[in-house]
Amino acid sequence: MAYFRSHVLVSVDPVCVQKGAYELIETLQDEIVKQGLVEEVQVLETSRIGDPETEGLDLMVYPEAVHYTKLTLDDVPFLVEEQFLKGRIAEQYIRETKKVVDEELSAPKTKEVRIVLKNIGEIDPLNIEDYIARDGYMALGKVLTEMTPEETIQEVLDSGLRGRGGAGFPTGLKWRFIRNAEAEQKYMICNADEGDPGAFANRRVLEGDPHSVVEGMIIGAYAAGASQGYIYCRAEYPIAVRTMKTAIEQARNFGLLGDNILGSGFSFDLEVRMGAGAFVCGEETALMASIEGLRGEPRPRPPFPAQKGLWEQPSNINNVETYSNVPQIILKGAEWFSSLGYKKSTGTKTFSMAGDVKNTGLIEVPFGITLQEIIYDVGGGIKEDKKFKAVQTGGPMGGCLPENLLDLHMDYEALAEAGSILGSGGLVVMDEDTCMVDIARFFMDFTQDESCGKCTPCRIGTRRILEILTRICEGKGKPDDIDTLRYLCDQINENSLCGLGKGAPNPVKSTLEHFLDEYEAHIYEKRCPAKVCKSLIRFEIIDGLCTGCTLCARNCPVDAISGERRQTHVIDPDICIKCGICEQLCPYDAIEIK
Amino acid sequence: MQKTMEKSIEANPLNDPEQRSIIDQILDENKDLAGATMVVLNSLQEAIGYISPEMQVYVAKKLGEPVSRIHGVVSFYSFFTTTPRGKHTIKFCIGTACYVSGIEQIIEKAKQILEIEPGETTDDGLITLEFCRCVGACSQAPVMVVDEEVQGRVKANRFPKTIQDIKKMEANLA
Ligand SMILES: Cc1cc2nc3c(=O)[nH]c(=O)nc-3n(C[C@H](O)[C@H](O)[C@H](O)COP(=O)(O)O)c2cc1C
Ligand code: SF4
Ligand code: SF4
Ligand code: SF4
Ligand code: FES
Repeated sequence: MAYFRSHVLVSVDPVCVQKGAYELIETLQDEIVKQGLVEEVQVLETSRIGDPETEGLDLMVYPEAVHYTKLTLDDVPFLVEEQFLKGRIAEQYIRETKKVVDEELSAPKTKEVRIVLKNIGEIDPLNIEDYIARDGYMALGKVLTEMTPEETIQEVLDSGLRGRGGAGFPTGLKWRFIRNAEAEQKYMICNADEGDPGAFANRRVLEGDPHSVVEGMIIGAYAAGASQGYIYCRAEYPIAVRTMKTAIEQARNFGLLGDNILGSGFSFDLEVRMGAGAFVCGEETALMASIEGLRGEPRPRPPFPAQKGLWEQPSNINNVETYSNVPQIILKGAEWFSSLGYKKSTGTKTFSMAGDVKNTGLIEVPFGITLQEIIYDVGGGIKEDKKFKAVQTGGPMGGCLPENLLDLHMDYEALAEAGSILGSGGLVVMDEDTCMVDIARFFMDFTQDESCGKCTPCRIGTRRILEILTRICEGKGKPDDIDTLRYLCDQINENSLCGLGKGAPNPVKSTLEHFLDEYEAHIYEKRCPAKVCKSLIRFEIIDGLCTGCTLCARNCPVDAISGERRQTHVIDPDICIKCGICEQLCPYDAIEIK
Repeated sequence: MQKTMEKSIEANPLNDPEQRSIIDQILDENKDLAGATMVVLNSLQEAIGYISPEMQVYVAKKLGEPVSRIHGVVSFYSFFTTTPRGKHTIKFCIGTACYVSGIEQIIEKAKQILEIEPGETTDDGLITLEFCRCVGACSQAPVMVVDEEVQGRVKANRFPKTIQDIKKMEANLA
């Protein structure tokens, strides 16, 4: 295997290809050959670097992490000579001092502890040697040479590791069930469906540290006695699919997958399978049906997958993040892992922060940290220093938590008690300008759309709730709507087959509990306190503030605004669809929502 | 692989020798896999751009499955489409983060400029508008996906430029 001293990353996103990225790669390769650097410098393709709006091409050189911009093909010979032959940075081509920043994952902030995210952004995910250089596959070596499957299970059990995909079931226990099941063929499955809108931690792990998942799965397969594995990845993540395929191929070439792994006599192989845009396929039995090539409809449990899973064989399913924790637990020991965390939730959890928080992006913190700490200390507080209203955790099956629950210590139990779930760790922060009835309606629209339709309470019930919420948002709510909503929530929760139906009422229940006043304002006063619901607001231009700059009129999607240049403009309420573009654009804050 | 305009108008890819051979190749490569149906359908959707009723019958025959089962699978998953899309697809993320960040404004702008609703294709077959649910770029919300490229922090007043860029690219290719 060649060891390259330097890597050149060329951006090949569609815009860069348009600008000649592939010609740049060819020229670079020619020049590298010409200058005798073939053994030392490797040219790689990557997604976007830099700003696509600037002229010319971009590339990055590692390990120095220098970003050259605005390049033309003519610059290449000199650049290669300076950078790689003479080993000095060609300052004249660094035309911008702006450093490339990873918008999703910044350097760890205080209170963060990185186990799952530790390699991301630090290694080349397409190069297995980078992973190996950071103790990668050492845990696998240790397990295969020094530990029995039962000892491996015990170590994971002792660590207290619980599933990161939803319910928080102890991982070691799951593995033991499979180990004890009698069957010729057992399967190891990775749930990479990450369907919760607002969650993206799994994507970053798959794209940024694929081998940690592969290694975790091999260790699990050894412990459970599985010989075949599948990674089920959602179709919305094409880069993750490609990265995982490459990782599997490389692991196979290194003898880490396939027959007789590392000469241990243990054999296991892996394949990536793709979903096709059905949220319910994240549910474990639906996911297995989908791998089998069927409609992704959940089926009743028991039998549990550990008894009868994929193709009726004992199967283990874990989330991406669950697997990714495993190698570290084996290497550093159960005691180290269980020393992190809080009560019955050990270790760390990644959270995907989005919405109205200043620092959006990924974080990894020990369990037990409070929501307050996450949102204010790590997240930097609310954008534009507005007032916090709610944080939505756990996606469409989760709930909205208000300000008085900000001191909640994040763990599986505390969130469940508060009427939400941890789910996949999505946190959508909402400020004072968010209407909680509208949010409940939004989630019900989602679940209603994603319900597989197999059971009546879920299929019909969610539609009924959506109708009522829509009506309330339109100012047509009736006094008994709140009771009807509560009744429907209980019915759906109690009588649905799978977690989608059981959890679907959570956004409604939690908003009813914590934000009842907003429901009442809509129903009784026909008023939307956050000024969001379109039927209950109107946009007006304030005479005296408007300078007649015409900006709003030029951008209104329905031409509802008229006025002469330098004259006060007017909105025609009959045409206006209340999209809010004008209010956002007006440089003089002359547009008011009433 | 992107189908060309003329082909997208043609209703049955099986009648096009070039596309027919792609379809056969996909079927040959995958038909013996365990759970082949999803793999085949995903590959067809990507290579051909849609899975027409005729293709579903053909797949059923080749995989030895009832047509009703293949049809059931195609209709279950939102990624599978049965009619051709435009040459370029713009998807608006209507996930939670994008919803609270105001993706609706961009959708309104797009509807105005292209004079079509999401789910429809412009008359010239150039652009299809669609919704999608979270592409995992939530920290850059609101997000839209132009062909394969994820664009974050999109703004309504910059949307016209996106369309101009697509048109410019097409003009350069022509
Ligand atoms: C509707 C629904 C969607 C789900 N989506 C996911 C998902 O996207 N990713 C995931 O890991 N688990 C998801 N789950 C939970 C899985 O069913 C399963 O519990 C999990 O993958 C087990 O892995 P773990 O023990 O490592 O958490 C979902 C459950 C339901 C009911
Ligand atoms: S609860 Fe809903 S999603 Fe789950 S099986 Fe029933 S209908 Fe399908
Ligand atoms: S953008 Fe503001 S100032 Fe300019 S015309 Fe519109 S309302 Fe008046
Ligand atoms: S809210 Fe939207 S539709 Fe109404 S006037 Fe402003 S830009 Fe036009
Ligand atoms: S909600 Fe739009 S990318 Fe996640």
